[in-house]
Amino acid sequence: MTSAISVTDLTKTYGAQTALSHATFDVPVGAVCGFVGPNGSGKTTTIRMLLGLISPSAGTGKVLGSSISEPEHYLPYVGALIEGPAFYPALSGRENLNVLATLGKFPKERVGQLLETVGLGSRGDSKFKTYSLGMKQRLGIAAALLPNPKLLILDEPTNGLDPSGIHEIRTLLRDLAQAGTTVFVSSHLLSEIEMICDYLVMLRSGNVIFSGQTHELLAAQQPVVVAKPENVDDLGALAEIVRRLEKEFSAVDGALEILAPQSWASTLNRSAFESGITLSWLETKLPTLEETFFDMTEGI
Amino acid sequence: MIAVLFAELRKLRRPTLALPTLLAASGLTALTTSLLYLLIDSPNGNGREGMKVDAIRLSKPDGLVFGFQSAATLLGVIALCVLAAQTAQEYTYGTLRNILVRQPSRMKVLAGKYVAMTLFAVLIVLVSAAVSFAISYALAGGAHVTTAAWTSSTGWHATTNALVNVTIATIGFGTLGMILGLLLRSPISSIAVGVIWILIVENLLTAVVSGIDKWLPGQLLTAVSTGGSISFNGTRAITYQYAMAGSAIYVVVGAVIVSVLFKRRDVAN
Repeated sequence: MTSAISVTDLTKTYGAQTALSHATFDVPVGAVCGFVGPNGSGKTTTIRMLLGLISPSAGTGKVLGSSISEPEHYLPYVGALIEGPAFYPALSGRENLNVLATLGKFPKERVGQLLETVGLGSRGDSKFKTYSLGMKQRLGIAAALLPNPKLLILDEPTNGLDPSGIHEIRTLLRDLAQAGTTVFVSSHLLSEIEMICDYLVMLRSGNVIFSGQTHELLAAQQPVVVAKPENVDDLGALAEIVRRLEKEFSAVDGALEILAPQSWASTLNRSAFESGITLSWLETKLPTLEETFFDMTEGI
Repeated sequence: MIAVLFAELRKLRRPTLALPTLLAASGLTALTTSLLYLLIDSPNGNGREGMKVDAIRLSKPDGLVFGFQSAATLLGVIALCVLAAQTAQEYTYGTLRNILVRQPSRMKVLAGKYVAMTLFAVLIVLVSAAVSFAISYALAGGAHVTTAAWTSSTGWHATTNALVNVTIATIGFGTLGMILGLLLRSPISSIAVGVIWILIVENLLTAVVSGIDKWLPGQLLTAVSTGGSISFNGTRAITYQYAMAGSAIYVVVGAVIVSVLFKRRDVAN
């Protein structure tokens, strides 16, 4: 088995509305895979189908080598946090986890360990209804980790968490990935996804528009050379040089952003020097995932 | 299924649910039983629907269970509310998706939850029976009711029968509650529909349409709890066998429909 998740032509329709259309992608075993797309693009629908909560209208899928039509074969090895944490308000965090541990026949000792892992050790006996949003989210992550999963599916795991909480979750996911767990995580925090995910599936309007290595996606984007003259009055002359070299550019905050490869930066530097312009800043940068995402999903 | 059963029992035993429910059930039974003895000489009657139950009647072998059986419909309504709420709240809290991720076999989930809640309904009946019997013994002397026949072999038989019948009826009411919870997926809606139907609509229909009680699930289950032959308005009696068969049809048909729905329906919330 090389793919933890593999779906082919997966489709879900509600009447005339198509929530997911012929989605085809693979998530390699051991990958930390980001699952991104605008609201309503079909991310949660896909996750629900992977977890056997809703049945596909068409297409097939496999999770950990078993068909998604037989979730009982793979769900014992899957941890999931779907659409935010859902627990019984009148029960404590510990009791809520005990209910799930009883259901899944997991050892009760894991409950205490996981409460410590997610930073709820001291509040484990408080009722769930007294938890803050961040604490609820932490409990949801603890619940997802109960089965010691081979595949962890997380829907917006950092919702409601403060910066230190987000950092802790990032570290936790990296540790899990290093231990061999495949992580499939949807998030709106694209900077987070870029930092932790080596694989990416991108959706737009129910269609998969990219699936593959994160660095492949970013490398395929046009790099930008940023050049800033020491004297702001030279910006016009610098723009004229770029125009003469037939490159597209835009002026941003006293600098030029020029669509060009990294190797072209030295050409620009030489031309500027020959024209008596000193550059105070010259760098090549690839678009961030966020910029790429907006570029690929623009108009949505 | 066993894992679902134990997980459900963990939820049902929480003090904020178990204690108030048992207190409400035993309190209502205590009230019904107490009024039976305390108002024994009242010209307005001391039993259900203004019925007069005198000391001679209460001194018979089945006199001990009279108060307990009078509260059977109320016990049933409590069971209906508990099962409806416990079932429907899985949808409103969104916890059903957690359950189905941990136990994907939906029939096992349904069966486990049902058995757990049925055990809770049986506990409600047993606690209420104990309270009712204790009050009956305590108040019998003051109402000039002799208790000797209650512990005769005929008395034990009548008590056992009453316990079994009230338990069956309470489970039947609870099953209707679970059916409503699964159909409506909202605790408030399912409790409101169930309680209004059992306590108001059925009584209104029975009062205005002669003989319709033979077709109403609440009336049939109440007839089961009293061992049949219940008479309303003096118009028609329902035999125990008829009540059992009619109740079973309602419960089984309803259970089959919601089982199919539960198995096939998408869990999208």
